[in-house]
Amino acid sequence: MSDNVTAIASKIKVATVWLDGCSGCHMSFLDMDERLLELGSQFDLVYSPLVDFKVYPESVDVALVEGAISSVEDEHKIHHIRKHTKFLIAMGDCAVTGNVPSMRNPFGPEAILERAYHENVAAQAQIPCVIVPALLERVRPVHEFVEVDMYLPGCPPSADTFYTVLTDLLAGRTPDIAALTRFGA
Amino acid sequence: MSVAVDVKTLVIDGINVSARADQTVLEVARENNIAIPTLCHLDGLSDVGACRMCLVEVKNSPKLFPSCVLKVEEGMEVTTASPRLKHYRQTILELLFAERNHICSVCVSNGHCELQSTAQSQGLTHVCLPYRNPSLPIDASHERFVLDQNRCILCTRCVRVCAEIEGAHVWDVMGRGIDSLVITDLHDPWGESSCTRCGKCVQVCPTGALSDKSKFGSDHPKYPETVSYLNMMREER
Amino acid sequence: MTSEELVQVAETVTAERQAADFEVNVCVALGCLSQHSDKLKDALCAEAVASGRNCRVRGTGCMGLCAAGPLVRVGKPAEAAAQTLYAGVHEADAREVIESLGNKPVERLEAHLDTYFHGQIPIVLENSGYIDPEKIDEYISRDGYQALIHALTEMDPQSVIDQIAKSGLRGRGGGGYPTGLKWSTVAKAVGTQKYVICNADEGDPGAFMDRSVLESDPQRVIEGMAIAGYAVGASKGYIYVRAEYPLAVTRMTSSLQQARRRGLLGNNICGTTFAFDIEIRLGAGAFVCGEETALIASIEGMRGQPRPRPPYPAVSGLWGAPTLINNVETYANVPTILRKGAEWFAGIGTEKSKGTKVFALTGKITNTGLVEIPMGMTLREIIFSIGGGVPNGRKFKAVQTGGPSGGCIPEEHLDLPISYEALIEVGSMMGSGGMIVMDDTSCMVNVARFFMEFCMTESCGKCIPCRAGTAQMYQLLTKICDGRATHADLELLIDLCDVVKNTSLCGLGMTAPNPVLSTLRYFKHEYMEHIEHQHCRAGVCACGRKPANELALAGVTA
Repeated sequence: MSDNVTAIASKIKVATVWLDGCSGCHMSFLDMDERLLELGSQFDLVYSPLVDFKVYPESVDVALVEGAISSVEDEHKIHHIRKHTKFLIAMGDCAVTGNVPSMRNPFGPEAILERAYHENVAAQAQIPCVIVPALLERVRPVHEFVEVDMYLPGCPPSADTFYTVLTDLLAGRTPDIAALTRFGA
Repeated sequence: MSVAVDVKTLVIDGINVSARADQTVLEVARENNIAIPTLCHLDGLSDVGACRMCLVEVKNSPKLFPSCVLKVEEGMEVTTASPRLKHYRQTILELLFAERNHICSVCVSNGHCELQSTAQSQGLTHVCLPYRNPSLPIDASHERFVLDQNRCILCTRCVRVCAEIEGAHVWDVMGRGIDSLVITDLHDPWGESSCTRCGKCVQVCPTGALSDKSKFGSDHPKYPETVSYLNMMREER
Repeated sequence: MTSEELVQVAETVTAERQAADFEVNVCVALGCLSQHSDKLKDALCAEAVASGRNCRVRGTGCMGLCAAGPLVRVGKPAEAAAQTLYAGVHEADAREVIESLGNKPVERLEAHLDTYFHGQIPIVLENSGYIDPEKIDEYISRDGYQALIHALTEMDPQSVIDQIAKSGLRGRGGGGYPTGLKWSTVAKAVGTQKYVICNADEGDPGAFMDRSVLESDPQRVIEGMAIAGYAVGASKGYIYVRAEYPLAVTRMTSSLQQARRRGLLGNNICGTTFAFDIEIRLGAGAFVCGEETALIASIEGMRGQPRPRPPYPAVSGLWGAPTLINNVETYANVPTILRKGAEWFAGIGTEKSKGTKVFALTGKITNTGLVEIPMGMTLREIIFSIGGGVPNGRKFKAVQTGGPSGGCIPEEHLDLPISYEALIEVGSMMGSGGMIVMDDTSCMVNVARFFMEFCMTESCGKCIPCRAGTAQMYQLLTKICDGRATHADLELLIDLCDVVKNTSLCGLGMTAPNPVLSTLRYFKHEYMEHIEHQHCRAGVCACGRKPANELALAGVTA
């Protein structure tokens, strides 16, 4: 965790992003249910798959990043996100450790594409190459590409964990992550 | 008349404790509710001092000692926790997580894993070291159990329980260094080995490397404490 | 055998030698043997017979200057010092050599090596190159086994230990532990059966001191072990020698048989109640088995993995019994110490490092070979006088001592008098005696990487810091060599060095970071050049072109 944990003025700008993740962390985030309304009074969701903004804003205060970095597009995005974000939280095991997406690493991308798009396909087997971004040689966690300010392990981190962490951050406190969550939680 | 037992007094983390002369610092610390993390240690099995998690500082020595094999001495002053030791323990855990493929979320031992719980208790929230992602096999040839090398931390508890308690010595270690692998017999598939199917190795395995096929999902709690119970029963006989 | 019988044997051998007008000594230790010195010896024999002259051709052990082999020393048997040394001799030269006996020497073969031998004090190597290592009687003719008989018949075990302690001899395997103290501990340890082990698993890359002694003067080691057995109360000894030394194994095997036949091993040695015998055990290709507890595990038939210490082998070692374990070179010093006296030995060397040390001088050096120098001699003298300096007009950069456990010493410390403490102070260590000289074509980062790869592949795998830590450090060093690393990577490497050094179970892991730490201490600029500018000043690393692994395969080395 970096020293960027300071008391932030009300209505801070929060963004959430999903890269190579299953969106489970986002679902768990939403599982805060009515507590979202409470937190919502203190922050603006300025970019998220859950809302309609298309362009990552120039200046974001806190970004919750879900998912590992698996493709050139993920890599491009994470650098952009880091450049325009003050406090970056790696949310969930995929972002923190690589997790399930990284299970392809011992095999290599070629073998995975072969299995998915040739062996397991009955008709028109072909490996997509138009629009679909190229896969990186190895899936890696977010911190191997950019500096991360806080790590939230869990698959997914529970709604309670999200609530405690965000409340602490908004109040300028440093949450004890290990007490709240763990890998595979 | 009873035989006089040699008793030692020592200091652990500033607390005065007493111990039998043949006890280890780890035993005495745990008797006094002082927590020292361990991975390769298991009550009832011989100690190998391999994982290095239980290293403690001893006054007047620049070296660190594994408390699981360190015998108590009169007047010894031991420190079990310090920023330095914490950093070392976290790094050892990071080395383990980065060494093989430990994906907690899909593991049969998720929630019942000593590697996972030790990481949490040591405050580890991410791994700084680059993941190695080696290609490692799974042996599901046994009718009841599975060996997943990706989850093994080479603690050798399986080797020791099979040799010392079951007496079959089916498990051993092959290869050297980072290429080491636990194997059955002479690298025969587990299902074709001289395994007696007692299941003790599964129970003592701290991670999901050894697991029971009959378990669903990650509903696989383990009961390694049965080992010390077996020892006790045998000694009584 | 009694002292008188030994003298008789010695006289017989000497007489035999002097019966010849001339002798032709051919080195048949491994270095020269690899250059077909055995065929050379046969050719010389044939020429000697054909010439009809009264000359004797003998095979001897290592003569020291391996780079100039095959070596042949010729002259009158009684005048060893005046004999002529020929270098680079081949079969075709045999006739010329025989014809030159008693006449003008063959000029083109003459080796002018006064500076090489000047300053050396042969103790461990006092017989190397002068005796046939396959004939026990020749060893006896140079005062061999006098020390053992003297110890058995005129000294008690404690007096033997006192002599060793007084001599100041320290373990020559690398640890530098006071030998007398170790012997004393084993002697005092409780146990009816005790063992003496000779660690001949010499694993450091570039080190061949022990191999040379075992090939050139094996009886010396046997005598040293027997004396040790007497001193500590052991009746059984083991020589654990790496299987990659087949010549040493065959010579030692036959030497043991000869010693038994002469009654110098076995029951009732020299008519006393002392019984002692030695078995050879072969290694199986693991550097870690040079670590004493892993070696003991290997002899016991188990995986060669170290055990936590305490308990130390002196108290509980082989099969739980008190065990004395010393290096080949340590034992090789013992007979001479007892013969010439502890005071004599202590008169050589520095205050805390007594006696001599054999070094294997290799790398970018003119005179590659074995040298035995008194402690206290400076590195400059060894490298530039005895060693002949750096060849091809290149500039000296560093000298690596202590193998994968040691460090690189730069020019600024060349006037360092060699001693255990001095080497540790500058970030290296004595080690077993490997001394690798490097010039400006060596990349210090790649050197560190080379040694880390060695430690990684030789790690036994028992403890996590060494098993996984060396692999991580190796990857980081490769990244640096390839010019793909960041400052954060360097910081991670330095942190891992600290963790692995302080938490590893045995010396392999504990010292694996040393080459990294010492190159960082003196050559940090090279690391920075690789990281910040993708530049390797020695021109070794790819730095952005080809990865270091591929270069290694192409044969480019440090």
